Amino acid sequence: MIRQDFNRIDSKRRNVVDHRKKQFADPSYKEAQYPHRLNFYATPPTADITLEQFEQWAIDRLRILAELEACSFRNKTPAETATHIKPLLDNSSSTQLFAQRQKDHYSHFILRLAFAATEDLRRRFSRVETMLFRLRLGADDMRERAAFVQSLNIDWEPVTDEERRELATELAAVSSFAYGGKKTLQAQEDESWCKVDWERVPDLVETRRVFLRAGKAYVPAREQQSMVITEFSARLERALELTARALPRLDEDDRLTPILNHLSKTFIVPDATFGGNNTAIDGAEITARNMDNLSQHFPMCAMNLHKSLKRDAHLKHFGRLQYTLFLKGIGLSLEECLVFWRQSFNRITDDTFNKEYRYGVRYSYGDVGGDSNRRGGGGSPYSCQKVMTMPPGPHGCPYGHFSMDNLAALLQSAGVNDRGVLQGVKEDKEHKKFHMACNRVFEHIHKNELKRAIDEGIMTEAQLETIVHPNEYFKRSYLLKNMGKMQQQQQQQQGGGGDVKMGE
Amino acid sequence: MADAGSFIHVDTPAADAKAGAEAEGDTDSYVHVDTPASDAVQVKAEADTETEDQVIKNTKGPEIKLEDLFEGMDSDDEFPSSPVSPKRESFGSFPSSPSENGVSHKASDPELMRSFYQRLFPWRYLFQWLNHSPTPTNDFGHREFAFTLQNDAYLRYQSFPTSDLLRKDVLRLMPSRFEIGPVYSANPRDRKTLRNSTAFRPLAKELCFDIDLTDYDDIRTCCDKTTICIKCWQFITMAIKVVDAALRDDFGFKYIMWVYSGRRGAHAWVCDKKARAMDDQKRKAIAGYLEVVRGGEKSGKKVNIRRPLHPHISRSLDALKTHFQEDVLEVQDPWRSSEQAEKLLQLLPDAQLVESLRKKWDSSPGRSSVSKWADIDTVAKTGASQKLDSRALLDAKQDIVLEYTYPRLDIEVSKKLNHLLKSPFVVHPGTGRVCVPIDTRSLGDFDPLGVPTVQSLIKEIDAWQESEEDTEKHVQDWEKTSLKPYIEQFRSFVIALMRDEREVKVKQERDEDEIGSTDF
Repeated sequence: MIRQDFNRIDSKRRNVVDHRKKQFADPSYKEAQYPHRLNFYATPPTADITLEQFEQWAIDRLRILAELEACSFRNKTPAETATHIKPLLDNSSSTQLFAQRQKDHYSHFILRLAFAATEDLRRRFSRVETMLFRLRLGADDMRERAAFVQSLNIDWEPVTDEERRELATELAAVSSFAYGGKKTLQAQEDESWCKVDWERVPDLVETRRVFLRAGKAYVPAREQQSMVITEFSARLERALELTARALPRLDEDDRLTPILNHLSKTFIVPDATFGGNNTAIDGAEITARNMDNLSQHFPMCAMNLHKSLKRDAHLKHFGRLQYTLFLKGIGLSLEECLVFWRQSFNRITDDTFNKEYRYGVRYSYGDVGGDSNRRGGGGSPYSCQKVMTMPPGPHGCPYGHFSMDNLAALLQSAGVNDRGVLQGVKEDKEHKKFHMACNRVFEHIHKNELKRAIDEGIMTEAQLETIVHPNEYFKRSYLLKNMGKMQQQQQQQQGGGGDVKMGE
Repeated sequence: MADAGSFIHVDTPAADAKAGAEAEGDTDSYVHVDTPASDAVQVKAEADTETEDQVIKNTKGPEIKLEDLFEGMDSDDEFPSSPVSPKRESFGSFPSSPSENGVSHKASDPELMRSFYQRLFPWRYLFQWLNHSPTPTNDFGHREFAFTLQNDAYLRYQSFPTSDLLRKDVLRLMPSRFEIGPVYSANPRDRKTLRNSTAFRPLAKELCFDIDLTDYDDIRTCCDKTTICIKCWQFITMAIKVVDAALRDDFGFKYIMWVYSGRRGAHAWVCDKKARAMDDQKRKAIAGYLEVVRGGEKSGKKVNIRRPLHPHISRSLDALKTHFQEDVLEVQDPWRSSEQAEKLLQLLPDAQLVESLRKKWDSSPGRSSVSKWADIDTVAKTGASQKLDSRALLDAKQDIVLEYTYPRLDIEVSKKLNHLLKSPFVVHPGTGRVCVPIDTRSLGDFDPLGVPTVQSLIKEIDAWQESEEDTEKHVQDWEKTSLKPYIEQFRSFVIALMRDEREVKVKQERDEDEIGSTDF
């Protein structure tokens, strides 16, 4: 039956010529060397490990990545993140250098398998892996970093002395950015430059930290770090896509697949998103009519939108989007929401409203729009993270986008007059910790209720951790301010056999 | 080839109408504006009459000359040329001179628009511009077009294999405007038939910029909202200068086309192959590089840049200085009243200096902005403030110059690969002005109020016919009008772009046979 075997070279001895077949070839065991702590993860590991190791290593790495992601959700600065993560990362002082690096290598590749399946997971994975890489690169000492970068063989063209002299003034202007203009001339001349296509360093271009001429970016030596990172994430993304294509072949392995599935499912992040519809607070009368009253519980971003809307009888696109989703998040129904917008836009005709704005509101509720929009319920309310990155306007985060004077005016109009709080907000703003400022204001406004809640044990500390979502702000504010009422109602309900309904 | 072409002429409208009506029917699922169900019917009806027109034309066959039938894609002529048009008129597909009915025609008058798109719009060059080659490719075929219909419904994901079919659909639906989106990895019309969502993604689009005078409302004093005049147009002029210089010198782009947006702004289309292929991250990088004026109405000081100035900023500042003096201080006079001057004072450092300036200006109301600007230095020199940091003052003054002159880009347009932008040469439905390219070599001469309107253009065709009826040379309709220089400019832009793309291709393939047969 099998006829092809006459001329076949013994498979072990055959040279794998065809690159297309290379991926099917048996892995030949090769002792991996880890000269640097950093790794571009270019070659997959080939040694044997046990199943327990497989799982344990992956979980260990996952924990660090999840921590990293949490830091970014909480808007921590790179320095804060570094100190937060440091104790979690092993230090390379021990004798087990090899073992650690090996674990790093293996766990990375295991997680690649776990997170290659969908585009969403891939993007998330490459984002946090890049963060980890950046952190480690920054923590490395100069010598080790230089040696590592050298080993990468990234092609960049050095700028000749002649060219450097010719462009001296421009280069000097760029280079002294980081030093606040205090750098000596001598040091500037010593700096080495290299020249690459600007597309290789988009982040440096965006912040104007390189000099550009005719499509070439002139990168000072110390910024080369950013190029290495870009390269890292670019390669990782490419590799992940290849992994995704190879995944189906793994299905046959019934030992690994369950572990991998489990891993990708448990990549749980601290909840920065806010459940869309089940967030309505019992007993609250959330209707268009009641919105002015409720707006006292709004965080500044939503309160400012509400005020702008009342004042102008209009909001621009992003404002409508942000506000509609926020309102959806506090539990306003679509019908009520439409009523609310219609009443607020009181300078236009019904016709204009129906034509230009009705659709947008319905879209946000997932009532219309493409299949995916409807299935997704129209998208979830914006988190602080998202609000902060919006283009400024009446929408966006007032702590981030307003000047201090305007912010102070807004806060005062909301009844925050305490000098200490305003000073604190100012400092937070200067340090770009906008969510801290927001929480500070929250604590000030609710300080009596918070005290009572904790004293009486109605809310635990865990329920009162930092707010990272505007809707959480509302919910907490509402609950705190109505604590007494809630308790009463609860008692009533218990006493009256549950037939007394809340909210009339 | 030509035969097939003429068949398509007669055949497709019916089929198209059906497809169009279908598409119209389910716009609801992906369009921003709700479409009442009756619209679908209306569109269909409109399409039907169009079909009848075509049919009648066909039955009156003998009247159509043979060479007209053969006027297919290979012809060098722009489609709607005058020898054919008298016949079309006899079928009532468009009136010979809408201008006869009086000047009161609104720009959005469908008949005027129809004449414009039928006789004047440079379909051929638009096609070549987007296609980058004379023969149809996916660059054009997979390109998204979006129509804003007369009833404000928004029809997305339209695509056309050739410019003829695009033209036909435009004439059938008579959108009040249409926009150009990216080239997708598959035909946009087939997007729902694709199995996985990643198979349909945007691949390439020109890098676009949008500058709009409404963003200047807090610093222009002559007009506001939708109105403009030549005075505030100078803001656009300076913006174009700065952005154009940065794109050419810094990023090395060569094919940049600036287009008047029809009312109060300008668009840039950067058409270099490299620019088209950029992903969102790179687009965002360029947008960030160019963005200096940040923040909304409540942000206070809008320019906060690091020192020393980046070469791009210092170059821009040099170019903007004279504009600031002439076009802003003298013409706009933005700080004349004391409330306006307060805005200036808030941007200055040093409370003592600000106080003495305020006193000085309060004592002489109505002092011009030029004098006020000069006062800052004179007062500073007299030692009004003991601990004045002259460095900080200079920086603040530079920031003010930038805040009042530096381009205010709508950068969301530039950041995303799949953002749609109104096509050049479309008629702005509000003003009737054609979105013509702006010649950057004589940028200062461009007058937005002198741009031809659709009403004037149609009149010009008629006027021309009367005076020079019998020329032997075949003259196309656009050549009879004041649109001529603009279309010629567009043409030479497109030809240069195509030649460049072709040279790259030839170098790559060393295969001249395919391309050699075409001529420009």
